[in-house]
Amino acid sequence: MGDRAVLVELGGGISPRINQKVRAFYNGIASQRIKGIKDLVPSYRSLMVAYDPLVISLDFLKSQIIEIWNTLDDARLPEPRTVEIPVVYGDKYGPDLEWIADYHKMTPQEVVRLHTKTLYQVYMIGFMPGYPYMGEVPDALVTPRRKTPRTHVPGGSVGIAQKQIGIYPVTSPGGWQIIGRTPLRLFDPQEQPPCFLEMGDRVRFFVITEQELLRWRL
Amino acid sequence: MAAVESIEVLSPGLQTTIQDLGRFGSGRYGVPPSGALDSFALRIANRLVDNPEDQACLETTLIGLRLRALNDVCIAVTGANLRPQVNKRPLEMWRSHVLKKDEVISFAGPESGCRAYVALGGKLEVLSLLGSLSTNLPAGFGGFEGRALQKGDVLLVESPQLKLAAAGREMRARWIPDYPGTWTLRIVWGPQDADFTDEAKRIFTNSRYTVAPQSDRTGIRLHGPLVEKKSDTAESIISEGLIAGCIQVPGDGKPIIILGETVTGGYRKIATVVSADLPQLGQIKPGDEVLFEPISMDAAQRALLKMEDSINAAVQI
Repeated sequence: MGDRAVLVELGGGISPRINQKVRAFYNGIASQRIKGIKDLVPSYRSLMVAYDPLVISLDFLKSQIIEIWNTLDDARLPEPRTVEIPVVYGDKYGPDLEWIADYHKMTPQEVVRLHTKTLYQVYMIGFMPGYPYMGEVPDALVTPRRKTPRTHVPGGSVGIAQKQIGIYPVTSPGGWQIIGRTPLRLFDPQEQPPCFLEMGDRVRFFVITEQELLRWRL
Repeated sequence: MAAVESIEVLSPGLQTTIQDLGRFGSGRYGVPPSGALDSFALRIANRLVDNPEDQACLETTLIGLRLRALNDVCIAVTGANLRPQVNKRPLEMWRSHVLKKDEVISFAGPESGCRAYVALGGKLEVLSLLGSLSTNLPAGFGGFEGRALQKGDVLLVESPQLKLAAAGREMRARWIPDYPGTWTLRIVWGPQDADFTDEAKRIFTNSRYTVAPQSDRTGIRLHGPLVEKKSDTAESIISEGLIAGCIQVPGDGKPIIILGETVTGGYRKIATVVSADLPQLGQIKPGDEVLFEPISMDAAQRALLKMEDSINAAVQI
């Protein structure tokens, strides 16, 4: 990737197993604190290593990466956390819930029931600070993106796009189908870590009422 | 060290933000670098006012910024020639000056380039977040309260009086870059160039592209001959990390040069602009023309070393 990043691909598709490898590889490289690495961006199936070519040569970086890969041990990965996320579904907080229900010929209540009984995995944080990409949506709920993206999706909105679930940390444009809203603050640059969720986390959603949402914010 | 009220914003112009060399190390949280789009101009501006090279400056776009000094402060303006003036008289760029209390610096509009940098001698007092003072506009944090400057904002600078003596430093004329309006950007192929036909790659490197008006700090959008992917490849790819300078080609075949506000993406990247030419990306404005020239990794490395040498040689300290 140009003269200051390498992209290491660890598999061909989206799967928990490949993503687990990415997480192990990320931890392996991060723990070595190699001088000249500027940033690491893990994603579904790859790890991007951004480096400063004035500090480390590509050849040396590659040899370090290969060495870490060869000595990688998945078993030493810390157990993933399980995190519960409160959501108000439907109405003004989830303007696409009815549409999704119609699309799948079920009731909104069934959509919510399916959505809350699934345990999701955070595959990556990307697109914008704190935005988690989670999977996988049960087959009965797989829904295409909106044909016309919204210019204004409120922060906290929980959306579906194909087999993925995402949450908008701050108000922004977006094309995912919005089913509900969480009062949790997903990104705060003054906190350490700045993200509520991390790659590898297991996530379960639970239903709260509008009153609970408003109280949560106080 | 005491912070001094140094600058009042009389008019923010089209867009003025606080930027340093960027926010690195939080990519796993989806945090992009942000930072000065022309890092060369920012580094020089800092050197001219005796600041460390990575200090935060004001980055202003095209037209309209007006600032008043609330106290004496050493300043330098670099980057695009937006015709800076002090009390309506032309101000020499690429050189440091003392802006005296109550003097007004204004920018009449672009002569060449897109973004100018105003360095203030001393240290701008804003919160460092995740290791940087840079403003991340899309996410609304960093810099001055997470937003572009507005009329009435007052900027505090730590110990500006210590830097007044730097006034008069200048950049050697032969190192001052010019911003032609037609740009040849050096690239290295990849990471997904194999997904494009040879014909598409030939078109990409033999065409002139025009910069679209929708271009901003997130990306430079190009109009011109379409770059088509191979017909047996999917519409998009699985989202992965990317860096400034990556040239994305979405399904419509119109290339976009990614700037500093994006950390992952799901479109193919045919090529990446080399480090030595990154600062130029900050000076490309709507209507300009862009051409791409593939070079080897070795050549990219040599070009970068040459640029670093020029920064060291350009300002005598």
